[in-house]
Amino acid sequence: MEEKKEEKKQKPRVKMREQAPLVRARNFMEVPYAYTPDEAVAEASRCLACLRPACRNGCPVEVDIPSFIKLIKEGKFIEAAWKVKEKNALPAVCGRVCPQEIQCESLCILGKKGEPIAVGNLERFVADYEREKGEVQIPKKPKPTGRKVAIIGSGPGGLTCAADLIQSGHQVTLFEALHKPGGVLIYGIPEFRLPKAIVEREVEYIQKLGVELTLNAVIGKLHTVDELLNDRGYDACFICTGAGLPMFMGIPGENLNGIYSANEFLTRANLMKAYLFPEYDTPIKIGKKVAVFGGGNVAMDSARVALRLGAEKVYLVYRRSEAEMPARKAEVHHAHEEGIEFVLLTNPTRFIDDGKGNVCGVECIKMELGEPDQSGRRRPVPIKGSEFQIEIDVGIPALGTRSNPLLLSTLPDLKLNKRGYIVAEEATGMTSKKGVFAGGDIVTGSATVILAMGAGRKVANAINEYLKWKYWDVSNLTKQFTV
Amino acid sequence: MFKILKKEELSDIVTLFEIEAKDIAKKAKAGNFFVLKIHEQGERIPLTIADFDSEKGTLTTVFQKVGKTTYHLGTLNEGDYLSDVIGPLGMHSHIENFGKVICVGGGVGIAPIYPITRALKEAGNTIISIIGARTKNLIFWEEKMRRVSDELIVTTDDGSYGRKAVVTVPLDELLRENKDINLVIAIGPAIMMKFVCKTTEKYDVKTIVSLNSIMVDATGMCGACRIEVGGETKFACVDGPEFDGHKVDFDLLMARQRMYPEEEKLAMERYKEKMGVK
Repeated sequence: MEEKKEEKKQKPRVKMREQAPLVRARNFMEVPYAYTPDEAVAEASRCLACLRPACRNGCPVEVDIPSFIKLIKEGKFIEAAWKVKEKNALPAVCGRVCPQEIQCESLCILGKKGEPIAVGNLERFVADYEREKGEVQIPKKPKPTGRKVAIIGSGPGGLTCAADLIQSGHQVTLFEALHKPGGVLIYGIPEFRLPKAIVEREVEYIQKLGVELTLNAVIGKLHTVDELLNDRGYDACFICTGAGLPMFMGIPGENLNGIYSANEFLTRANLMKAYLFPEYDTPIKIGKKVAVFGGGNVAMDSARVALRLGAEKVYLVYRRSEAEMPARKAEVHHAHEEGIEFVLLTNPTRFIDDGKGNVCGVECIKMELGEPDQSGRRRPVPIKGSEFQIEIDVGIPALGTRSNPLLLSTLPDLKLNKRGYIVAEEATGMTSKKGVFAGGDIVTGSATVILAMGAGRKVANAINEYLKWKYWDVSNLTKQFTV
Repeated sequence: MFKILKKEELSDIVTLFEIEAKDIAKKAKAGNFFVLKIHEQGERIPLTIADFDSEKGTLTTVFQKVGKTTYHLGTLNEGDYLSDVIGPLGMHSHIENFGKVICVGGGVGIAPIYPITRALKEAGNTIISIIGARTKNLIFWEEKMRRVSDELIVTTDDGSYGRKAVVTVPLDELLRENKDINLVIAIGPAIMMKFVCKTTEKYDVKTIVSLNSIMVDATGMCGACRIEVGGETKFACVDGPEFDGHKVDFDLLMARQRMYPEEEKLAMERYKEKMGVK
């Protein structure tokens, strides 16, 4: 009843101040400015401290949201950060890139009549505050168990799992194929959405906990999983390598110069810092007119990077309507504000050659929405005779990824599904191979940072159990697989 | 960090490095390649594994100075360190006793053809090797190649050493005179591999080429190295680098190798300015 009274005088959400759209569209600095302490307290004070808080249920890693918000309200920012970190080793990252609107915030009671508590903004605030104050707390080292775990892939799933396992007293090695740790947080998500310095500090924190990091280690080539388990003394192995192989559309002209997979475009810009070329050595084509194909976060990121590199015009071509876009709402909103032109209900049919092997245009066809498909979204159908052309000099298909066979092809005894992803038990990440766990995009296909972190957490728990008894029962998995 | 143990100038523009990389050396096989990055601001470039010593834990690579990164690499000396060395990458060569094989190495491609030739020789093949370059001082490893070949032919475009010809001239003669050649392996500039394939096609002799596409991660993640083989898109880094040469679209490969002409020029000019070179 009390809650009802509160609702009537509900204050609006404290907005994060942002760089003006047309300014930020030309730089790589972060879009929002952080909350000030006053703003954070004001936002936290909107929390109703529900008796049965629903927000927690929406968090894949079960952060104690009401408690950390209460601590902010009391001005105990450092304590609030520690509270978040009990469950989430990467709060500064999650505060920025989690799709809160479909998770914790979607369950907030305030959202029924107005705007839910800005859980993401607050999480980000406390993580940044703790770091800036230099009061990052390193928990006491637990008693060593003498067990060793190899984690393959240092993305969000691997980092979360590593942080959990090291705090259970196991020895943990993170193997990373690239020259920098962080996986998609480093090569995929752009600087203006997730500053790389923040990822570096989160990784440093995990190293301070005692996790050993081995870079430039392409598992499958440098060592095999069997060698890690049999010759190098690892008791268990967690495969969280991400999906990793870019999909193309299979239309003519896709291999012309100027066509990048979103993975390549973002890897050049983010990991290799091609936006600083020629200070950095990796080049990237700066298109005058750029078209990105797709409607997910990666498509938004690619479009906004292209704009920041200096493109005059950036089109976002998507075959359904805006309502069906899988991207985070804030990203779609930001992309609109920055002047990206959405070309909706449109599908590319071929790229056009300038005669010298470079792309100079794309032919598209208009689509209309038909009956819902398996995903529940209405299936787009081409409208005959509606072809038209757009002049472009850079094209970026951002259509998601497939399973990368580089590592999996060296594991013939690991069961894969029809699409080439690893078959793993949902609750534990256990696979058909004893001692080998898997989680994240290499199991589910392209998903989000927080879902990979959720998998990292579950697998850490399962590995803890496994290391006690070394018992491996995946009869359910086999059943599931044979069906 | 990876230490350069040995440096040898094979010519004005071709340099050899022996690099300390224990784990990679243990796993390397003929046909693999690796990626290196010189320093924090550097780009990732794929280079050939010209040799490897699993006992010593070393990789040998041979590179030609063509752009900013390879020029910079050439200024490094024994005792210097590279920030990143990643490998072994790509599928290794398929080695078995094919019978009679011709191995063709053009220019800096002589380096990667060497370990493949050696492996084929060890597998019992009869080997005829052809190594060629523009001019005399770009020919290297003649003796090394001779030791692993039953017959060695050297060509230069300008006739300054060996036979005055491009590699396809002796190749054509060999194929005409020897009907028992079962396989040709060719590594060199794309244009050379293209014409080697045109030559061997006439005689219907299976031909393997090793493609040197532009790459970034070189683990299948980005697709920068995509090429078309038999009308299908493949990634040179994980599906290759070796392919059936008769199916490769070399014109596409060459077009894609020229993706960044202005950027390469700019980087090189800036580098020369910085180093005080004209």
